[in-house]
Amino acid sequence: MDTKYKMYLLVCGGTGCRSSQSNVLEERLRKHLKENKLENEVQVITTGCFGFCEKGPIVKVQPDNTFYTQVTPEDAEEIIKEHVIKGRQVQRLLYKDPDKKEIVHDSKHMGFYRKQLRIALRNCGFINPENINEYIARDGYAAVAKCITEMTPQQVIEEMKKSGLRGRGGAGFPTGMKWEITSKSPGDQKYVVCNADEGDPGAFMDRSILEGDPHSVVEAMAICGYCIGADKGLIYIRAEYPLAIKRLKIAIQQAQEIGLLGKGILGTKFNFDIEIRYGAGAFVCGEETALIRSMEGGRGESTLKPPFPSVSGYLGKPTNVNNVETFANVPVIINKGADWFNKIGTEKSKGTKVFALAGKINNVGLIEVPMGTTLREVIFEIGGGIKDGKKFKAVQTGGPSGGCLTEKHLDLPIDFDNLVKAGSMMGSGGMVVMDEDDCMVSIAKFYLDFTVEESCGKCAPCRVGNKRLYEILDRITHGNGKMEDIDLLRNLSKVIKDTALCGLGQTSPNPVLSTLEGFYDEYVAHIKEHRCPSGRCKDLMKYEINPENCVGCTACARNCPVNAITGERKAPHTINQELCIKCGACIEKCKFNAIFIR
Amino acid sequence: MKNIKVTIDKKEVEVKQGTTILDAAKSVGITIPTLCYLHLKDFNITNRPAGCRICVVEVEGRRNLAPACATECTEGMVINTHNIRVLNARKTVLELILSDHPTDCLICAKSGNCELQTLAHEFGIREIEYQGEQSTYKKDMSPSIIRDVDKCIMCRRCEMMCNEIQTVGALSAVNRGFTSVVAPAFEQDLSCSPCTYCGQCVAVCPTGALTEVDHTNQIIRLLADPTKTVVVQTAPAVRAALGEEFGLKPGTSVTGKMVSALRELGFDYVFDTDFAADLTIMEEGSELLDRIARYLKGDTTVKLPILTSCCPGWVNFFEHQFPDMLDVPSTARSPQQMFGSIAKTYFADKLKIKRQDMVVVSIMPCLAKKFERSREEFSTDGNPDVDFSLSTRELAQLIKQANINFNALPESDYDAPLGESTGAAVIFGASGGVIEAATRTAYEIFTGKTLEKVDFTELRGLESIREATVDFNGTPIKIGIAHGLGNARKLLERVRAGNSGFHAIEIMACPGGCIGGGGQPLHHGDSSILFARQKAIYDEDKSKAIRKSHENPYIQKLYKEFLGAPLSEKSHHLLHTHYFDKKKVIEIDE
Amino acid sequence: MNKIKSLDDLRKIKADVEGKMKLREHSENAENLVQIKVAMATCGIASGAKTVMDFLVSDLDKRNIPAVVTQTGCMGYCYAEPTIEVTKPGEEPIVFGYVDTKKAEEIITKYILTGELVDGIIPVNYEKIEDKKN
Repeated sequence: MDTKYKMYLLVCGGTGCRSSQSNVLEERLRKHLKENKLENEVQVITTGCFGFCEKGPIVKVQPDNTFYTQVTPEDAEEIIKEHVIKGRQVQRLLYKDPDKKEIVHDSKHMGFYRKQLRIALRNCGFINPENINEYIARDGYAAVAKCITEMTPQQVIEEMKKSGLRGRGGAGFPTGMKWEITSKSPGDQKYVVCNADEGDPGAFMDRSILEGDPHSVVEAMAICGYCIGADKGLIYIRAEYPLAIKRLKIAIQQAQEIGLLGKGILGTKFNFDIEIRYGAGAFVCGEETALIRSMEGGRGESTLKPPFPSVSGYLGKPTNVNNVETFANVPVIINKGADWFNKIGTEKSKGTKVFALAGKINNVGLIEVPMGTTLREVIFEIGGGIKDGKKFKAVQTGGPSGGCLTEKHLDLPIDFDNLVKAGSMMGSGGMVVMDEDDCMVSIAKFYLDFTVEESCGKCAPCRVGNKRLYEILDRITHGNGKMEDIDLLRNLSKVIKDTALCGLGQTSPNPVLSTLEGFYDEYVAHIKEHRCPSGRCKDLMKYEINPENCVGCTACARNCPVNAITGERKAPHTINQELCIKCGACIEKCKFNAIFIR
Repeated sequence: MKNIKVTIDKKEVEVKQGTTILDAAKSVGITIPTLCYLHLKDFNITNRPAGCRICVVEVEGRRNLAPACATECTEGMVINTHNIRVLNARKTVLELILSDHPTDCLICAKSGNCELQTLAHEFGIREIEYQGEQSTYKKDMSPSIIRDVDKCIMCRRCEMMCNEIQTVGALSAVNRGFTSVVAPAFEQDLSCSPCTYCGQCVAVCPTGALTEVDHTNQIIRLLADPTKTVVVQTAPAVRAALGEEFGLKPGTSVTGKMVSALRELGFDYVFDTDFAADLTIMEEGSELLDRIARYLKGDTTVKLPILTSCCPGWVNFFEHQFPDMLDVPSTARSPQQMFGSIAKTYFADKLKIKRQDMVVVSIMPCLAKKFERSREEFSTDGNPDVDFSLSTRELAQLIKQANINFNALPESDYDAPLGESTGAAVIFGASGGVIEAATRTAYEIFTGKTLEKVDFTELRGLESIREATVDFNGTPIKIGIAHGLGNARKLLERVRAGNSGFHAIEIMACPGGCIGGGGQPLHHGDSSILFARQKAIYDEDKSKAIRKSHENPYIQKLYKEFLGAPLSEKSHHLLHTHYFDKKKVIEIDE
Repeated sequence: MNKIKSLDDLRKIKADVEGKMKLREHSENAENLVQIKVAMATCGIASGAKTVMDFLVSDLDKRNIPAVVTQTGCMGYCYAEPTIEVTKPGEEPIVFGYVDTKKAEEIITKYILTGELVDGIIPVNYEKIEDKKN
């Protein structure tokens, strides 16, 4: 190295480690370096999150790759004296492998702490998505080549079935089985459709895959086409994803130019080509029958299944619809083998799942973890825990179709079936974390508001029922609810789930049911006590002045936009609740902590 | 096809593969309530969006309830149609639908004939637990049809009729979620759409969302006005259906009672549109013969086939959809308009009154007639040839309102001279009737021979598109028939392609012809009613002494005294018309 | 671009490109270029990745540092956008987060030119499929 420093101490500056005083630790390290006149030889560097917050704070020493865990500020001196000066590792700070009970000396052998495994995201952030050669260099198009030159369609389907891959769009239908059904459906023309109509609030994994690795989807669609006997692929993508569309277009064009799409691919008799179709951003068009109707030029609305698209889909022909992430897994399964893939994950959910971590979490981002990873690992390790040191309250998975999981679900291994059992669902992989400040009735209301807007309006329970659910929640959050409303919510939710035409309606009451289940007390507080425990519902808030703290400075009264605050100078003030609009201006201006929300 | 066994409410049923749960249940006497579902057997008309969810049943082993109308039976299926889960679900769903529906039943045009009201009654709904905001939309009033879509329940029947059956494309679902509704593009008014006013949407609407423009009150006022001579004409298909409104068996012909009722109501002259139908045959038949004669002489400019033009829905359709072919249809006006024209000239002269003092009212099975009568070209100095057009339903309403005991009325005859008609005119009411009537007359004029057998059964029936060749004494005349505008479109496209080979084509906008018109008593999806009406029409034809239009003595007299000959200058002036290019270019407000 | 007409063609291209990429990434040869990848998915661009990329290109050029700046997809660290990955010849790639033009300047001046590490490194917290053995 041509650097002036001979050694680096990398200190994790992730929020999790920061809250365990990693900043103090950093200062101490610098202090001890200076005391030993090493500040020009050893440099302390702040890094982003290591994703190992449970064992934080973390210090990594370079170039020898020593990995210290749970380092306190008090340990700084020992690290400098022992490791930096004498070159001896501080044994007690080294990570102990919980399985082998062995001390790990070198972070190169610490792969297991990495909770994430990138299969679908394998090329995102690695290759230039606009250069097909970079994709080819990373085994790109090797899978389709292997399929069409060495395998029969049935063999590929068997491999897919053996892999245990299930649809990543939400419902988790076994992909291999879907391909098999479509391949066996009689039809002179068949279609492969890629569902890129990602619509869950907060979910963006499909967009990221298409933007970062469009060729993986193109290749997988060709493999699917080979299996089911289709020579035409269609990608239904929302027009709101211009960059993804641009990169897909480039990918398709490059694949065509180079002969990996088109007629007689790789000198075989296999023909396959792909067209892009645009959606206008209707959430319901993520439902496959609505998607197909929209592609046909009709109003985007669901139709009754059966017939399933695999029997009668686009233009009435057998059509295999898979989601972007599902497709992104396919080339890896073919290249590395079903046996490699099916050893990852849980018994019934194989492989990994990409999640979009959002909400009150430190490391907002796109992650990919093996099925079976617990919610705790995702939220507190990879996600770095809750923002601002607040208390975890719930995590919403599955978007508007999912539910809110609570503290008691934190150690639940994430897979399709466990999430459904817990009252939520996998969905497309949105994960919104909520803290103590979130009102769960309002959260349920937020999702219902979304479904009311996005319902196609075809079936009565979804069109009217969700609106009524929303209205009941709305009156509860405004303090106008009655206890009977809870029975109404329950019955209505049950009936909507039981009678709605498509997956959208059949799952739309989930946010209501799961919050009723996990946060019944909050509903009761809103209804009986007219109180929002999280202080979110404006109508239930009351700003008051504590006369003991109020010095009568008049700052609040002067800043109240509606003149709701009165009082003599140097005497405690009062707020007229009739006039107060709960804007919060008074709290901001009060320097004496005299104003509080009840 | 193989049979499968299912169990419905503990009853074992064997049904053909492909049978729905609804039909399987019906076969063992279990009636599952439905709302959006509509099936007109033998007409190829089915509405099954599975959207209302009223017909849900429990299928053992399934997670959700299944819509009986659209779920096919599978081997070994066990179905419960009325357990607590099902009944609660249905009732809740119905309450939801009602919660977004105005409850002004007392003054709704559909009251007593509303399928939603009937369901609410059967379900014993006494309160609606799920109250909330109701979706409201602007009311739309066209010359024929009123859209009050606050009452739309999104059954989509109208949309299905408008798009799949009629291929008009005036109506479709718009908006999303709670505000979804069926409307013309951009929620414009019907009058801005390619609507033909065929009224098939009204004919299938289960609620009061689509109704006809009601003129009954104006008629009552006019009948009381001593300065007006009020003349009424009744279309052929009305007599075959009116009785249904008074509880008579479908297919009961009530011509005589209807004439009595109209007299009781106070109409000064009760005439028959059938008279004008005979007149139409004279004009249209002559036009056909003229074109054929020119064609046989080698005139290559002659337009063949000739298309009938008595159906106003059809006229609207080709003006909107086939503006390039406006010279193909016959120029003959419809019987309603021929009647109005003759009444306000020939008959008014006879009475020695001014046309302004005469009011011509027509009773029609049709809603497009309301629009047709309002066309500018059918008025003189701002005075329309036909002042009001009432539907069969409106006439029934008038009779009920006047507390006339319809069923006890004696039978009586139409007035002369515009009340006399032939069997040929009666059959205008059924698909194929116009062309059969024309054939009877054209054959005799073309060949100079007397027809041995007047029944051209090959032209009858209810298949959607029919073709037949009639031998005109050595000259084969190829005839096409279509009912329903979607079928008409298919024939039209063949004509446009130029190799159809037809000489004459009859088109009726409504399925079955006028017997299935948009102004008729509601069939509520029972196609046997349409078949019964059709039979009544042909029976009436058979019972007539004269069955060829040109033999109608009053028609002969009319030509002798007034018109001269068919296609004369006077005829052209009074009995023919021209068509307009009405292709819609949609303009959006603001 | 030449058409790939057979499996062998495909393998040849793979070997070719892979070889070139490896050479770039792992060679000790000083003549080799510094490789910088900028995460340019919608999320990255929204946080300013384009500006950073433009800056990198012009600044490296101004200083005559032989480097290749390319775009890539989302690296997943949305909380730390814009993110870039820098690979110096013969060294492991390093990801930096929260990169604005100021940070980019620092990365060039310190890390690229002198090898000195700077704040904002994002440790790799996932396994790659290549590493996942059964």
